[in-house]
Amino acid sequence: MSTPTLDDLIETAGVIVCCGSGGVGKTTTAATLALAAALRGRRAVVVTIDPARRLAEALGASGGLTNDPRRLDLPLAAEGGELWALMLDARATFDDLVRTYAPTPERAAGILANSFYRNVSSAMSGTQEYMAGEKLYSLVHDDRFDLVIVDTPPTRRALDFFEAPGRLTRFLDHRVARIMLAPARTSLRVVNLAAQPLLRTLGRVVGASALADAMAFLQAFEGMERGFRDRAHAVGELLGAAETRYVLVASPRHDTIDEARFFADELRRRHRRVAAVVVNRIHPLYGPGSAANARHRAGQARDLGDADLARLWDNLAELRHVAEAERAQLTALHEAVGDAAWAEVPLLDDDMTDLGGLMAIMTPLFASTSAGR
Amino acid sequence: MDVDPLALVTAARLMVVAGKGGVGKTTVSAVVARAAADAGRRVLAVELEEKPALAGLLRGDPRIETLTLTPSEALEHYLNTHGLARISRRLMNTGVIDVVSTASPGIDDLLVLAQLKSLARERSDLDLIVVDGPAAGHAITLLQSPAGLAEAVTSGPVASQAREVLDMLHDPRRCQVVMVTTPDTTPVTELIETAFALEDRVGVQLGPIVVNGVDTFGALPDPAELAGRQPSGAEGRALSDAATSRRTRQHRQAVALRRLADELPLPLLALPWLPTAGITSADLPHLVSQLHAVTLPS
Repeated sequence: MSTPTLDDLIETAGVIVCCGSGGVGKTTTAATLALAAALRGRRAVVVTIDPARRLAEALGASGGLTNDPRRLDLPLAAEGGELWALMLDARATFDDLVRTYAPTPERAAGILANSFYRNVSSAMSGTQEYMAGEKLYSLVHDDRFDLVIVDTPPTRRALDFFEAPGRLTRFLDHRVARIMLAPARTSLRVVNLAAQPLLRTLGRVVGASALADAMAFLQAFEGMERGFRDRAHAVGELLGAAETRYVLVASPRHDTIDEARFFADELRRRHRRVAAVVVNRIHPLYGPGSAANARHRAGQARDLGDADLARLWDNLAELRHVAEAERAQLTALHEAVGDAAWAEVPLLDDDMTDLGGLMAIMTPLFASTSAGR
Repeated sequence: MDVDPLALVTAARLMVVAGKGGVGKTTVSAVVARAAADAGRRVLAVELEEKPALAGLLRGDPRIETLTLTPSEALEHYLNTHGLARISRRLMNTGVIDVVSTASPGIDDLLVLAQLKSLARERSDLDLIVVDGPAAGHAITLLQSPAGLAEAVTSGPVASQAREVLDMLHDPRRCQVVMVTTPDTTPVTELIETAFALEDRVGVQLGPIVVNGVDTFGALPDPAELAGRQPSGAEGRALSDAATSRRTRQHRQAVALRRLADELPLPLLALPWLPTAGITSADLPHLVSQLHAVTLPS
């Protein structure tokens, strides 16, 4: 079997999830893959998580991105190709879910106004990850798109994205939540509340009004529980499905590489594999020579009294040294990901400022596929 | 005027390091902790993530105490110190933290800050507590939590914790935030936005900005001016490509530093870029010796 390439991936995948630690260029990579797919005639949508304004501008969305897909102009004509982008708004996505599953509009309005719900939808840890999955699910079932690319929230615990869909259902199953729901069923709410030491303690920690809000939320939520559970299950299935392909994004530093290897191991544990690795901001090799050779030439130039030339060799030696050290670091990642497609994007002179900048990343991204191996 | 970088970063007893993911917060935390220890200060280095990256960088330095402080540990501590020790284990075992932190968002953040506050008060033997803060936007959320909760909860232990933490955050001798960035366009833009947000919404003292990864190689001759003295062929091209790329980087960094100096009235410190594939504990002594103040002509 030949080594897969990034071209294969963007031409055949239905869903691509970009993972990696913070600051490695994940969002940019997701956007570039979507652009490349669109230029190959696919109807691609990219879900970004909090992109820097410059990236939103680079995508040609200077008016900003919202929680709904927005179609962007392509820099080149592409038969049938479309590029769409949105910026995940976890709260708005959660609101949509509530409206979908609430038995009546009044019930939905009640939940949306509850302050505990507002906390769940905006501040509960894991909500953003869960809603990224939820958004992914709804876009996969949207006929306008045939490829969905999703950026994942920056996290040092790479697994949050997987764990998130189960988190809400676990929360609903939680003993404390059960106890909080119980009083409503017996109409002895006040009595039961006081009788439950666990609730009394909770009340002392979070305050009585917060506890009352939480109980009101859980009671309002009861009729929708089933719908939410089924949906969380479906999102979890989608993340584990064969059509969902994982792209690992890293920079060539030992800490982000460790993180990427950890993620590759965790995917394997879930019987999924890394489809591709993108290494951003790698120092180019600067010709066929070695750092040691450049250092030697610097010494020679200095001996001949040419200090300026020696400086140039010193510089080449230093940059080559970094390039060599980075490649040595990447060996361990190569081993961890098996036959995944592999692409390296060199350190560019500056962040991209327009679609042309993304095109500049695209060229090495696809040119280098599997060539670095 | 001579600026002592150590005096700037140790101006308050509690120092919270903040910045976008990947800019080197942990490196800066480790450098400050070591620099202070070198100067004879007693230092506690705290990290808020379960993966102990900071302790790893400080490995082998017996002078520096390290601590990992997670929200669930902070909650346990809170329960134990509020007369709930008897049931705290049971509460923790049932995973009650999820419910608690959802019922009152920010309470986990508040409890973390409250424990830092207690540490600062109880551990009078410490001169400096360095906190390797959470990534990016979460720093704002973390530091905003007491104000939010003080507004939402008006009485009870949470309210008094929130008020006490706010007092600490508003006292420049007790607490300051040191922001970290690389000298690149996007992180600098984000840092400037974060600085204003912290000042407006939290009112916390902002300490110096630490710019991590500043190129200190110095001026490079323009390869074009060396025509004839350079080798021909691939090595010659490599030589001039490397020089051009270095000069471009230096220029871009100068522009980024200028923007920081122009847009924020905060002192600038710098750590040099090291020609490695990521910082390790072996690089720390060198980095400590290189922490320096940046003064730009106005």
